[in-house]
Amino acid sequence: MTNNNIAISVKDLTKRFGDFTAVDSITFDVRKGEIFGFLGANGAGKTTAMRMLCGLSYPTSGSGTVAGFNISTEGELIKRHIGYMSQKFSLYGDLSVVQNLRLFSTIYGLSDSETKKRMSAMMKRLGMDSMADARVKSIPVGWRQKLAFAASTIHNPEIVFLDEPTGGVDPVTRRKFWELIYQASSEGMTVFVTTHYLDEAEYCNRVSIMVDGRIAALDTPAALKEQFHADSMDEVFRIVAKDAQRTE
Amino acid sequence: MSLRILGALLRKEIIMMRHNPIIPKMIVGLPIMALLIIPLVATFDVKNVEVVVVDNDYSQISRRIIADIDASKELSVLEVVDTYAEAMDLIDKDKADVILSIPPNFSRDISQLDVEANGVNATKGVLGMQYVVSSAAATIQRFNNEDGLNMAQATPSVLYRFNPTLNFRHYMIPALMVFLIIMICGFLPALNLVSEKETGTIEAMNVTPVSRTVFVLSKLIPFWVTGILVVTVGILIGFLVYGVAPLGNLAGIYLATVLLSLVMSGLGVTIANKSATMLQTIFVMFAFIIIFQLMGGLFTPIGSMPDWAQYITYAVPPRFFNEIMRSIYLKGATIFELRSQFIWLGAYAALSLLLAGFTYKKRS
Amino acid sequence: MNILGSLIKKEAIHIVRDRRTMFITLVMPLVLLLLFGFAISTEVNNIRIAVVADRHNDTTRDIIQALEVNSYFSFEGITAADDVDDLLRQSKIDAALILRPDGNKLPCQIIVDASNPTVAQAVASYISGVITPSSDNVIVTRTLYNPQMKSSYNFVPGIMGMIFILICAIMTSVSIVREKETGTMDLLLVSPVRPINIIFGKLIPYFILSCVILAIMLTMAYTVLGLPVSDSVFSVIGVSLLYIILSLSIGLLVSAMVSNQVSALIVSAMLFMVPVIMLSGMIFPVDNMPVVLQGVSCIIPARWYISAMRKLMIQQVDFAGVLNEVFIMVGMTLVLLAAQLGKFNSKK
Repeated sequence: MTNNNIAISVKDLTKRFGDFTAVDSITFDVRKGEIFGFLGANGAGKTTAMRMLCGLSYPTSGSGTVAGFNISTEGELIKRHIGYMSQKFSLYGDLSVVQNLRLFSTIYGLSDSETKKRMSAMMKRLGMDSMADARVKSIPVGWRQKLAFAASTIHNPEIVFLDEPTGGVDPVTRRKFWELIYQASSEGMTVFVTTHYLDEAEYCNRVSIMVDGRIAALDTPAALKEQFHADSMDEVFRIVAKDAQRTE
Repeated sequence: MSLRILGALLRKEIIMMRHNPIIPKMIVGLPIMALLIIPLVATFDVKNVEVVVVDNDYSQISRRIIADIDASKELSVLEVVDTYAEAMDLIDKDKADVILSIPPNFSRDISQLDVEANGVNATKGVLGMQYVVSSAAATIQRFNNEDGLNMAQATPSVLYRFNPTLNFRHYMIPALMVFLIIMICGFLPALNLVSEKETGTIEAMNVTPVSRTVFVLSKLIPFWVTGILVVTVGILIGFLVYGVAPLGNLAGIYLATVLLSLVMSGLGVTIANKSATMLQTIFVMFAFIIIFQLMGGLFTPIGSMPDWAQYITYAVPPRFFNEIMRSIYLKGATIFELRSQFIWLGAYAALSLLLAGFTYKKRS
Repeated sequence: MNILGSLIKKEAIHIVRDRRTMFITLVMPLVLLLLFGFAISTEVNNIRIAVVADRHNDTTRDIIQALEVNSYFSFEGITAADDVDDLLRQSKIDAALILRPDGNKLPCQIIVDASNPTVAQAVASYISGVITPSSDNVIVTRTLYNPQMKSSYNFVPGIMGMIFILICAIMTSVSIVREKETGTMDLLLVSPVRPINIIFGKLIPYFILSCVILAIMLTMAYTVLGLPVSDSVFSVIGVSLLYIILSLSIGLLVSAMVSNQVSALIVSAMLFMVPVIMLSGMIFPVDNMPVVLQGVSCIIPARWYISAMRKLMIQQVDFAGVLNEVFIMVGMTLVLLAAQLGKFNSKK
């Protein structure tokens, strides 16, 4: 990659399932250390696009790099440099908090001493020391989301992908969750986050809005509001998405 | 391939297995249930064949035929009646299995005896009929000999090798291990993998650098170990409860166990990889297992099948396992003598592991 | 009715969309019927036999020739006495006949591989029959009801008993529990739909599927396997429908007992499939079992179904002859359904 400031770069990325085009030729760059918001209605193609970036799904056409690796051919290399938190809760419910963290830490190849250090730092940051040995399926949803975030960033990845991380979480917990995101970002981690809470879009450095598989708008929240003569991101979104064909 | 990662994944599997409400109970309960119940049930030994006799002769020989039938181990005379209609009635009511008709004047001209069996239960009918025939034939022969009508003929002596007491359980128990391995090593890994698919945790794994070999192995190894444990419990129960101990080498038994667990677990994972839902996995698995059980010679002898069906059994890995277990248990055969069965089983193990690895896709 | 109709439609779409499961539910009964009908048998033939004879005379030559031409045997040649045990152990032969001609008399010994005692006894008696043509010829044998002694006749009711449990009990319970897991069941329960409609919406599609399979199996049994058709065919259908309903209620019971799909599957398989195969008389006759297990078999619905079907299909008795079985199955169904409805209503 020529530009050292770019974490993700995508050109004409397309994914088709049969004759349905889920992601239709999208092009964008994400800069290092940025919090990049990926907005769109349900079914707009956010998750599909994200899965291609994470090496979970092959693009039908188009190209791109993530952390300097080709998304079509170097999926397994990408996986060493990213973290991913899916919208479905995906930690092991029968394992305790500590056991889950240790598992992911080992999988990402951290040595035992590093694991120990990272884990105690994480537990402190999350304020979860008291429930270290609780089984994950017994802890409240808000805590689980924070834990899932911790598990996906335990190895200090260059980029972390968050797929609707705050779905189904109360406003106070959401606020706290975003504090975690800011902290990670301030340490140099690039954050790629999808959400449909439009107030959260204001927290992002830049925002893209997907409509029917295409990127309909992309800029900083302030610039977008100005461009569409809107007072809030909510209004921006309504203007951009008014022609959407796909709804759930 | 990283052993550290494999170790971490295995630890995860073991913790999850322990927390599962059913699996630990199954590992202990299944061998006990299978070995305590199936050997008692799975027998074609025909006992308690009820014979109804229509005696129109009332002679010395007819009474001796009846007495000899009643005295034989497998047969018992339900009733001696006068008319064929009465006998048929007992058959229709499912009380009697075989009718023996002795015609009038049988003792004078040793004419014809009629034996009729109820064919509704074919096995019991055929064997019951054979027993009645041989019992009556023996009686007639003895009777004739006493009369000096016939020269004494040397009846052949029969030596029953490998199972002198003719106990059907000795035949079933070694092969029952196949049932345990199929359930534990086939079903459980398949269910385990599909349930990770349904809960979405598999995606969390797919997005990490874990190689598919390591991940698939972490799914398989715990079940190989449980397979060996379960077979050990099975061997112990066989010995303690039924006194059936292997005549041959335990090494051969465990080698066969490991190979069949590889085959079944590989198959289970392959099916799970290719299925989207739990129900689908179970139905495909079930189809395989039913055919494996029926065509593998567990309950009915392969030698009795028509040729085309016997060729099909070469595609049924448990067939080789059953042969190995029975030969080692009952005949004390050596691994070398059973080499061709071991080679077949090994080939299937390699094939199914390769399939399991290749059908697992981290990316769609 | 409209609500029920749309629930049924929803469920039917779910069933038909899963092509692979559909395929198996339709094809497996056929494969099983064919396997049992043409491949699996307990009849003993192809007995591989070797002969040991130090000297030959006319009698030994006659016996060897008789073995060579007899279709039950495959003659594996003359061998040395020392090799017999190895050949048996390596399963190269099933039996050996040792002939020691001594003047006019012929002492002989049969050595049989008795691993499978049932087969061994049959082998021994066949061989004895070849050596000593006995007085068997005065005894004439005949089989009632199933003249060719086809074991397939016996297995048809058993396979039907198993398939309906598989489809009705396992498929329904898993599909209900799945809705519990994904939470869509809660959606239905809080809706104004009456619980009874939800239950019927689940059951009717599986009932229809079972009827299709029943039709296929009966057609196969009567055409390909040549089971005799008679007046009893309507009783056969009636009793089968009753059994299908009974199996569906078992499915409901399982779905109420467990909360996730894996458990539903394991419970159905362990508590229902294995007993159906082992204890219902499908393969192994009930009256060979120890008394305790015979008692256990009484609570297995398939036992009564199989017994009724054998009477109707093979023995050709009329409906009155199976009233006993029918009453027991009706009783079981009522008990299960009553318990279910009570439970479902109280939950709401």
